[in-house]
Amino acid sequence: MADNSGKEQVQVQDKKYTAKDFSTSQDVRWCPGCGDYSILAQVQRTFPEIIGIKKENIVWISGIGCSSRFPYYMETYGFHTIHGRAPAIATGVKIGNPDLSVWIATGDGDLLSIGGNHFIHACRKNIDLKILLFNNRIYGLTKGQYSPTSEKGKITKTTPYGSVDYPFNPISLAIGSEATFIARAIDRDPKHLQLMIKRGADHKGLVFLEIFQNCVIFNDGAFDALSDKNTKDDHVLVLEHGKPMIFGKNKDKGIKLDGLKPVVVDLNNGHSVNDLLVHDESDPGYIRSTILAHLTDDPSMPTPVGVFRQISKPTYDEGIENQITEVKKKKGEGDLEKVLFSGNTWEVS
Amino acid sequence: MSNKNLSKMAKEKEVRNLSEVTVRFAGDSGDGMQLTGSQFSDTTALVGNDLSTLPDYPAEIRAPSGTVYGVSGFQLHFASTEVYTPGDRPDVLIAMNPAAIKKNIAELKPGGTIIANTDAFDSKNLKLAGYEASPLEDNSLEGFEVFSVPISSLTNKALEESSLGQKEKSRCKNFFALGLMYWLYNRPLEPTLNWIQKKFGKKPEYADANEKALSAGYNFGDITEVFSTRFHVEPAKLPSGVYRSISGNEATALGFLAASIKSKLPLFLGSYPITPASEILQYLSNYKEFGVKTFQAEDEIAGVSSAIGAAFAGNLAITTTSGPGLALKTEAIGLAVMTELPLVIVNVQRGGPSTGLPTKTEQADLLQSIYGRHGESPVAVLAASTPSDCFDMALEASRLALKFMTPVILLTDGYLANGSEPWKIPHAKDLKDITVKFRTEKEGFAPYFRDNNLSLPWTKSGTPGLEHRIGGLEKANITGNVSYDPDNHDLMIRIREQKIKNIVNEIPDLKVDGENEGELLVAGWGGTYGAITESVRNIRQQGYKVSQTHFKYLNPFPGNTADILKRFKKILVPEINRGQLAKILRSEFLIHVIQFNVVRGLPLRTSDIEEKIKEILGGLDNGR
Repeated sequence: MADNSGKEQVQVQDKKYTAKDFSTSQDVRWCPGCGDYSILAQVQRTFPEIIGIKKENIVWISGIGCSSRFPYYMETYGFHTIHGRAPAIATGVKIGNPDLSVWIATGDGDLLSIGGNHFIHACRKNIDLKILLFNNRIYGLTKGQYSPTSEKGKITKTTPYGSVDYPFNPISLAIGSEATFIARAIDRDPKHLQLMIKRGADHKGLVFLEIFQNCVIFNDGAFDALSDKNTKDDHVLVLEHGKPMIFGKNKDKGIKLDGLKPVVVDLNNGHSVNDLLVHDESDPGYIRSTILAHLTDDPSMPTPVGVFRQISKPTYDEGIENQITEVKKKKGEGDLEKVLFSGNTWEVS
Repeated sequence: MSNKNLSKMAKEKEVRNLSEVTVRFAGDSGDGMQLTGSQFSDTTALVGNDLSTLPDYPAEIRAPSGTVYGVSGFQLHFASTEVYTPGDRPDVLIAMNPAAIKKNIAELKPGGTIIANTDAFDSKNLKLAGYEASPLEDNSLEGFEVFSVPISSLTNKALEESSLGQKEKSRCKNFFALGLMYWLYNRPLEPTLNWIQKKFGKKPEYADANEKALSAGYNFGDITEVFSTRFHVEPAKLPSGVYRSISGNEATALGFLAASIKSKLPLFLGSYPITPASEILQYLSNYKEFGVKTFQAEDEIAGVSSAIGAAFAGNLAITTTSGPGLALKTEAIGLAVMTELPLVIVNVQRGGPSTGLPTKTEQADLLQSIYGRHGESPVAVLAASTPSDCFDMALEASRLALKFMTPVILLTDGYLANGSEPWKIPHAKDLKDITVKFRTEKEGFAPYFRDNNLSLPWTKSGTPGLEHRIGGLEKANITGNVSYDPDNHDLMIRIREQKIKNIVNEIPDLKVDGENEGELLVAGWGGTYGAITESVRNIRQQGYKVSQTHFKYLNPFPGNTADILKRFKKILVPEINRGQLAKILRSEFLIHVIQFNVVRGLPLRTSDIEEKIKEILGGLDNGR
């Protein structure tokens, strides 16, 4: 059976790639100024450094939406599939050949609306997939309807009087769905985005990286406060493992826990660094990461970026492979003749 | 009483030879009728009869006991000659309670036999079944031969010394009934005794109780004066070989396992549990020693989607479902058509629309399978004709999917899936290899450069130097780049259509049973093969001249289809739907066809088909 299984392929990279090795001949067709350009550039820049495997063993899967054009621009194997189904198709690719490094480019509508079911189950099963959510909080390709991450009251073509539904908090959803690596980055902070891509690439298990991505046409400026030079330091909390949670232009504000309630404290005014919450991304509990996830919903709080949570547990694909190995060890390699002739048989002469 | 004495007494009873019998076991959902029926079938197969079975059970797992809708049945037709159907009407009904009589009496043959568990005919059960008085006592069963047997109390008596509680003891009554039937039809107890040991070996008190109940039932037949006659059905003359009894779902699973071995491809099944298809997933999840990977997906869409992903990674990819699940999978099947990946979709058809009759059989997904997708979206469609044929057709569906790089829909149905028949087991070495060649040469590679069949090269992810992108957007011929060119779209649609048409060169011609031309051809497809075959044979014995053909390839049709259809003056198409094949034959071949449609969630009755044939032929004068 092994003849066609693909197992013989060597995993180790034998030549050093450059960013150019990952770009295709296709014209990139996103709108000028779209945040997707930055994400593509950071992925292409990062991949030569982080992927310890040959590029033929990399597969990009996408669904439908602006972000889902991504595979066409990556010189790896790619599959532009159907709306919402990228995690399900990627699951089959990964189980079908666990040696492949499987990446998903998806958007807030694709992953969290039509594809919500596949997303939560991929997280729950801890399938070794890397999901990059391009979250622009709007439907772009269908020309500007509100999305499941749009803020309540959003005025769009389908909500002329403002949306009345509440948005998902994608990080909280990923925590609740048991993803083992959960992080956030911003398209306009390329260095940090590269770091998060590297961190995700190194993780074994389900990676969920939410990227705040600006849609210049239908939701321009949605993340300005987080990326504008003058405001970002006061609005962004950069999470770093083992470090106290400090933010602000002058590094003089911090997050402290009052019971289970996070509060912003002024370090110039009676509070010391020792009072502050220290980030522990490997905390197996759910409380710290959940508190951090919901800072985003509170306008008086900074928005965290970085790794919210990274824990280690066996992956689904690994589980399948191990079970096969164990059963083979116990029963020996399968024998078709034996299976066909099993059970109650009788002979007619 | 010693066994010696028993057999001595047995000799005193008359033994009558029969050529065929149809038996129906019926009782509460919790009475173990499916187990009883399948044990009787296995033993009957072992003694060499040909047979066909029809399990018929409610969708409720344990419907309230005593109710008519909670009755679970298992019908079995066995004979000393070839058997094609589970039988229209039972000769014998084993009724474990009043509801079982209420539900089944109308189907029992006039003069048929009823063996009733009198203990269950108390006022509560009679009321639940809607009887004002016991049918065993009010002469309403006149015209039938009724044997009243207190099965429950006799079972209890046999288990007097057992350490089991009363509830467990009374659960053994189905084995008493089985033992009695073994006596009545002269079958050995050993196969079931062995099965009990295997099943309950670790719980000796259960094994012991079931064995005792089985033997008590057998011995009761021997010593009671209730039965004066037992029956003997000679073994059938089947082709020589080693046989086993097999259901359609198990045969389907084995067919895919064989396809995996013969193609040297890893097997991937992405599936979501749905009645009556779940068993295929269950069977295949056992074959880990073959490297089979089964993925129980979060929904139907993920089932097919994961299979498409696995195909992209170079696996023999399968998804299994039933009608409503096929509807959910259609968008993804469109993607597989567009990206031209090999994929087998099994639809074990059930009564629809919507949840419909989930545990019953139907053939109403033919149009959905051939046409039920967005856009011009041709796929190959095959259908299995008998439970064991599911093995061959699963292999065949895999072979065609791999050769033509296309989704193939394999239609079976609830009757084939759950029904079983003796299967002459093929040797693994006699099954043909399936040649698969992955594209690996870099030189001259283009993702959409086709071979002579118009099939794309299969370039699995992980192949060095052939990195490329596929997807649902229309692709330019040869290069596979995204293309919005109007003429290219028209061309690609024609190519995809022609590719499916090319399958005709790979499939066998349609065969005609009987005269090659004449007054009437009965043309069926899929799971009605048995019923049509039996009716055609019966009616020929009455002197009618009728020919028969059966479609297992529905898209494309076999190459000689038009030629065969035009050789007959009349064409009758019996189907368990409202005329779906009939509609296609009319539109494809511009011919007149006569429909025969009964959609009761059950196999077609041979007697109904026979009547229709007689009606068409207008009596023997025309049909000779």
